[in-house]
Amino acid sequence: MEYEPVIGLEVHAQLLTDAKIFCGCSTKFGAAPNTHTCPVCLGMPGVLPVLNKKVVEFMMKMALATNCRINRECNFARKNYFYPDLPKGYQISQYASPPAEHGWIEVELNGWKKRIGITRIHMEEDAGKLLHDEINPASYVDLNRTGVPLIEIVSEPDIRSAEEATAYLRRLHEILVYLEICDGNMEEGSFRCDANISLRPAGTEAFGTRTELKNMNSFRNVQRALEYEIKRQQYVLEGGGQVIQETRLWDDTAGVTHSMRSKEDAHDYRYFPDPDLVPVVIVAAWIDAVQKTLPELPLEKRERFVRAYQIPVYDAGVLTASRALADYYEEVVRLSGQPKIASNWVMGDVLRFLNEDKRDIRECPIAPASLAEMIRLIREGTISGKMAKEVSEEMYRTGKTPEAIIKEKGLVQITDEGALTKTIAEVIGKNSEQLAQYRGGKEKVFGFFVGQVMKATRGKANPQLINDLLKKMLAGDK
Amino acid sequence: MELYELSIHELQDKLREGETTSAEITASVFGRIDAVEKDVRAYITLMRETALAEAERADLAIRKGEMGALTGIPVALKDIFCTKGVRTTCGSRILNNFIPPYDATVVSKLRAAGAVCTGKTNMDEFAMGSSTETSFFGVTRNPWDLERIPGGSSGGSAAAVAAGECIAAFGSDTGGSIRQPAALCGVVGMKPTYGRVSRFGLIAFASSLDQIGPFTKDVEDCAILMNVIAGYDPRESTSVPEAVPDYRRFLGRGIEGWRVGIPKEYFVAGIDPEVEAAVRQAIRAVEGAGAKCMEVSLPHTDYCVAVYYVVAPAEASSNLARYDGVKYGFRSEGNRDLLEMYKKTRSAGFGAEVKRRIMIGTYALSSGYYDAYYRKASQVRGLIKRDFDEAFMTCDVILTPTSPTAAFRIGEKTDDPLQMYLSDIFTISANLAGIPGISVPCGYTESGLPIGVQFLAGHFQEGRLIQFASAFETHAKIERRRPRL
Repeated sequence: MEYEPVIGLEVHAQLLTDAKIFCGCSTKFGAAPNTHTCPVCLGMPGVLPVLNKKVVEFMMKMALATNCRINRECNFARKNYFYPDLPKGYQISQYASPPAEHGWIEVELNGWKKRIGITRIHMEEDAGKLLHDEINPASYVDLNRTGVPLIEIVSEPDIRSAEEATAYLRRLHEILVYLEICDGNMEEGSFRCDANISLRPAGTEAFGTRTELKNMNSFRNVQRALEYEIKRQQYVLEGGGQVIQETRLWDDTAGVTHSMRSKEDAHDYRYFPDPDLVPVVIVAAWIDAVQKTLPELPLEKRERFVRAYQIPVYDAGVLTASRALADYYEEVVRLSGQPKIASNWVMGDVLRFLNEDKRDIRECPIAPASLAEMIRLIREGTISGKMAKEVSEEMYRTGKTPEAIIKEKGLVQITDEGALTKTIAEVIGKNSEQLAQYRGGKEKVFGFFVGQVMKATRGKANPQLINDLLKKMLAGDK
Repeated sequence: MELYELSIHELQDKLREGETTSAEITASVFGRIDAVEKDVRAYITLMRETALAEAERADLAIRKGEMGALTGIPVALKDIFCTKGVRTTCGSRILNNFIPPYDATVVSKLRAAGAVCTGKTNMDEFAMGSSTETSFFGVTRNPWDLERIPGGSSGGSAAAVAAGECIAAFGSDTGGSIRQPAALCGVVGMKPTYGRVSRFGLIAFASSLDQIGPFTKDVEDCAILMNVIAGYDPRESTSVPEAVPDYRRFLGRGIEGWRVGIPKEYFVAGIDPEVEAAVRQAIRAVEGAGAKCMEVSLPHTDYCVAVYYVVAPAEASSNLARYDGVKYGFRSEGNRDLLEMYKKTRSAGFGAEVKRRIMIGTYALSSGYYDAYYRKASQVRGLIKRDFDEAFMTCDVILTPTSPTAAFRIGEKTDDPLQMYLSDIFTISANLAGIPGISVPCGYTESGLPIGVQFLAGHFQEGRLIQFASAFETHAKIERRRPRL
């Protein structure tokens, strides 16, 4: 029998607010344990939470960017469970009344576009971290992360393959980073994903029994874990067995999922409205104000690049991978007026240099103005394409302007026809044998002459000019 | 008259006139504590040294002409308010060693007003009880009869004021924990509107019901303390940015023509006849002051106790989850693993009543039961609130008994939680509705135990309650007795 996977994803994104969601402590990653804490996030007796308004605005940005409906009123709820990284014994989250619902995003897969529904987005606080000392058995609690704001983005069970799942995740990730509300760092846990997956016989409607997958900390692992789980469930079903509803952990090293807890052992979180917080009321004017702050989103930008700059869809995709890169490219275009050439340079040398050094476009030593200037110099024939390669490398290495580099290295191209004619005449005079061959119909020898002229001019001559003059002179026109 | 017997306003007159000093008042209070505390046991922690130092500072301020709202007045705090650097137990073994690194907002306000803090008073563990018998630190005795309970949960604060072991005190009221002990100890006790006084730093029992209020010797002192503690707090989301009037302006203004609602559901079986007689007498007194009494109905009264014992334990089961032995407070020793640490710590750290309520609350919130219990209770709570809204369309205040009986004997109800829960039958509704209430002494039983009458008003009508209680105090002319200790 053929089976169809049904997948829904839950994404937790850490928000880039300066302060935590319910107190004034810093959200910065990497501080010494328990230094970004106060009585409120430590869950001391008698302390109370006060909602950080910025968190609501960041949530609204994501909701608007993913076509969600923002509800006028939402509530916080307590999710109760015991764990040492959860100092209050409950997590403040949202349950019965989420702030945003009924959204969707579009993903592209093998040239096909598909809409994936977003069930809801809600706000909650992150938990702390446990550190275990294996040598001197002891566990330590670091509560710096406690109270760092998160949004949870829950998809509809619209996803039908592991590839679709990663495409959806990449798109969500891209939007979050574009909105500058999440740094998207998966290794540090700023962007985390759990998956619900079940199989059903192809062509049927009813959902099969699902498992929940956890502990997948990269796009690749999400894809691998889902692929594994699809095969595992298929094997179970084909053997006449039944999938057990349970939570399974992805083991990256072994490449398998392990059962973590069954449905019977599942927590009863005893959700109820948090009496310490009042309902959050989001009026239309607030939504409008946040809407105005939204940047152009990746998909819109991509389409505009194709349309306005006449560049291929693929190039537009590369150039809009991040807001900073897109801004860089657009600045070069604005200053040079050459979208296609700018695209070639940015996608070519600039990204290659940065990738080699694992640097971000924001750290690129080549200023957009320098790159634009270089493009102008090429077009004006001041330097050749070959020289430009040398110039761009030097610009990346030193951050200097192209003019300064050209001057230092004496890289000016010979465009003086008289001087070049003289050099070509000399080259032809020295190689009478090859001249005879050329005139005898062996046109391949032309390349030899170009090489000799280039050599004689130490690469500074304009190649087009060499071609033109050489053709005429070899033909004996002069 | 000894200084410890006087009210705040009487002492303030003396301080202003230079007839006494805060050091003398404070010494008088601690002298009284030395004499009677061994019998009353109102305090968990005494703060003698810091109190004497605060008194000296207060005297310095008074000499400089910088007298604040409470400068030099010795007040006691229920051990549920976090006090920076001073052990705060909430009456529980699990917080036996807890020293908060912060002050509750109310404590900060008292310090800013110049008050002298005498110590932390005894209470039912986590404020769960009506007799102060569930405290890990032993029972507080009623100063009027040492064989009897002082009421609860703020029994230590009520007893301390009644016994002269402080000039005034603060407590918290979740279902009657200020008004009931005030009635049983013969003092004035007010529970303000939910949201009127900041709960920041008040150790939570049931967050949607808890409210802080004063215990005083008379209504004027109540107004003085409300002026200090009321107001919006940006650290508390449920505190309300409603303007705070000067509550003293409501004193002595009379209640001519006021409409007083007498809820028929509050005068039914179960009230002690002596209590009922005293409250009927109180009705006549307010009529004598020119008010018109009328019967009103609060039809959902019967459900109050049931609703309360779902909502309060549900919230408590979550609020008390933080006491897990991980970060602060008591932790059991010799645990093999995390689960055992949780179980042993919480089994040994909490007393029976607290565990009972955690169990009830956990059950009421559990999947499959939530709708039948917590959701249903929340819905009925809405109806109870509506009862009051409707009643206050026809009357200005409501008058009821505070407690169905006077102080009962120690141990009398400890084996019967349901009987104990009924001690709060007349006070719980105000917490469920979020409205303010005040209990004022209205007489004595034949055996000499104090009886209290309760006045209720609409949201943020504390001024109206003070005006009414002040008029009652004037017209009822209740004999002012002192407990024989």
